[in-house]
Amino acid sequence: MKAGEGDVLLAEGDPEVAEDERRLVDEFRRQLDLGMWAAVPIADGARREAEVVRDFSEVPRDAERVVFYPPAAGG
Amino acid sequence: MSVDTSELRARELMRAVAPARECAMYAELGFVSVEGRSGGRYAYLIYPHRPLLAYETGSGRLLSEYCVRFRDEGDRLPDADDVLARWLAIRGRERELIATANVNRPGHQIDPDHARRDLRRMREWIARNSDVD
Repeated sequence: MKAGEGDVLLAEGDPEVAEDERRLVDEFRRQLDLGMWAAVPIADGARREAEVVRDFSEVPRDAERVVFYPPAAGG
Repeated sequence: MSVDTSELRARELMRAVAPARECAMYAELGFVSVEGRSGGRYAYLIYPHRPLLAYETGSGRLLSEYCVRFRDEGDRLPDADDVLARWLAIRGRERELIATANVNRPGHQIDPDHARRDLRRMREWIARNSDVD
């Protein structure tokens, strides 16, 4: 999620392909370095949930997407 | 990009990430409710760009306002993205989120009568939409 723009595609690829995985890992790290928070949507049957991830290794291999969103602070 | 377009995209993302019930509730009521990690004793009303409002799920008693904002570098997140970010943060980082919030009594920014009316609207909505999960 990006202020003023909504969601922006940062990277996509198949983590089973080494070159794609490197690109996905690099972008994941870059977003966390920027201070973004990350979550992976998870479908449990018809019910959807989201799981916080702090490292690329925590992202399920079959995840459709990782959502990066800005960190919260006191308003 | 127009605000409308970014809001539409944000709603699309919300539909891909959040439960159908929360998405439908947001589309119809303009806010969502999400339970805290307390086994359902309390929940938060999430309005876009407003404080989180905690309430007791059993009694509907308003508990506290938690004022949080997301780093935005001058531009605001589209409303649906702001709601989704709050939903994600509560589901996954509730303690961190609440620890960073400025805490106020109910009524600091959100009119308690308005919130109670929204809780009634929400209960009616849930009763009408019990098949939406």
